[in-house]
Amino acid sequence: MVRFTYTNRYPRDANSTVRYKVLEVIDLTLCRGARPVLSGLHFAVAPGRCLQVLGANGSGKTTLLRALCGLLEIDGGAFRWKGGPVEPRSPEFQKELVYLGHDPPLKGDLSVAENLRFAAVMRGIPRLRRGEAVSAALREADASRFADRLARSLSAGQRRRVALALLCLAPAPIWLLDEPVTHLDTTGLALVTRLIEGHLQRSGLVIAATHQDLGLPSQARDELVLSRRAA
Amino acid sequence: MSAWAGVLWRDLRLAFRRPGQVVHPLAFFAVVALLFTLGYTPELGKLRQIAPGVLWVGALLASQLSLDGLFREDAEDGTLEQMVLSGQPVAALVLGKTAAHWVITGLPLTLMAPVVGFALGVPVAAMPGILCALALGTVSLSLIGAMGASLTLGVRRGGVLLSLLTLPLAVPVLIFGARATELAIAGEGLTGVLYLLGSLAVLALTLAPLAAAAAVRIGLE
Repeated sequence: MVRFTYTNRYPRDANSTVRYKVLEVIDLTLCRGARPVLSGLHFAVAPGRCLQVLGANGSGKTTLLRALCGLLEIDGGAFRWKGGPVEPRSPEFQKELVYLGHDPPLKGDLSVAENLRFAAVMRGIPRLRRGEAVSAALREADASRFADRLARSLSAGQRRRVALALLCLAPAPIWLLDEPVTHLDTTGLALVTRLIEGHLQRSGLVIAATHQDLGLPSQARDELVLSRRAA
Repeated sequence: MSAWAGVLWRDLRLAFRRPGQVVHPLAFFAVVALLFTLGYTPELGKLRQIAPGVLWVGALLASQLSLDGLFREDAEDGTLEQMVLSGQPVAALVLGKTAAHWVITGLPLTLMAPVVGFALGVPVAAMPGILCALALGTVSLSLIGAMGASLTLGVRRGGVLLSLLTLPLAVPVLIFGARATELAIAGEGLTGVLYLLGSLAVLALTLAPLAAAAAVRIGLE
């Protein structure tokens, strides 16, 4: 049995979802093998809001994020985006989101700038704007200092900063962040807060799985608590 | 730059940073072929008879060496996930990685074949035919290998399983490839066999990226 507490500060008005970029999750069921991890999960995230997913280890936070971005097949339920049903694996939807997992997705034998340049190619940024986009993203994540170093030679915190630069690379309205602040120092934490706030102001939406305080104002922040009870 | 070309360039750049990836299969190929000359007979006349089999089995096994890491390395550092999530067709990404695998192993093996063939007593006149046959055959081998590598993505230590999956599928390539080499050594026309090898390559090129893309999706779950 899985119990959910969800404090929804978003007005439940059916018409408003059509006009805004709202991500809705309806009656979601997820299994790992035969074991149900999540079932009957409902929530909506409106633009300009950050949903912080809380829950004990193994309660399905990462599973939820991976299902939202289409890496995991869902076992029941549906997603809606901008008021219409959406298939998480469709390229159109995937271009609307950025997912950052536990570990920064970097190739150790490539330099930081090369890693970002490749990500820019994958996101379809045209050749002429690529260099500019990469250096802007590095500046935004305060990672320009180690742009030319091999990713393998970076510390865990530095790698995390490069991962944040990946977030800034191409504007996507949905950010799915799994433990975005691990390994970061206090200035790094402030940077995450600043990046998320900026994203929310551009009416993006964020779903972050972390127990750490992201330092966001309470009016921009919702909570989803995944909890597990013994059956 | 399209997605598959982007992946191809990235993988080539990575191979350039770690030249072992290129050198090891080549050294393996050379050693296997030379072991035959030591273990069987030093007589060139007899070696020439087994040269087709030695060349093709050697190339087949050598091209298997780097397959295990084809998708696994990217899956472990999380870059495969990001590629799949970029909204680009997964089959195109798979094709890019497979093309890189061919450039890193198939092409060097093909170019190395005349040297190894020379040690096995293959006449120089047969070299162009052998080069053509290997160039076509290794394309199929890389594509079949990509299929196996994607299927074993979720399996820990999938190396042996990978060989068990791909080697039977590579049998037609081996048969036609060895036949083409035999004909080339005998100085007979080998156009027909080359056509067959080419059609195998086209068949693999059409189906393997789609199959591997589906398997990569499952492997990432």
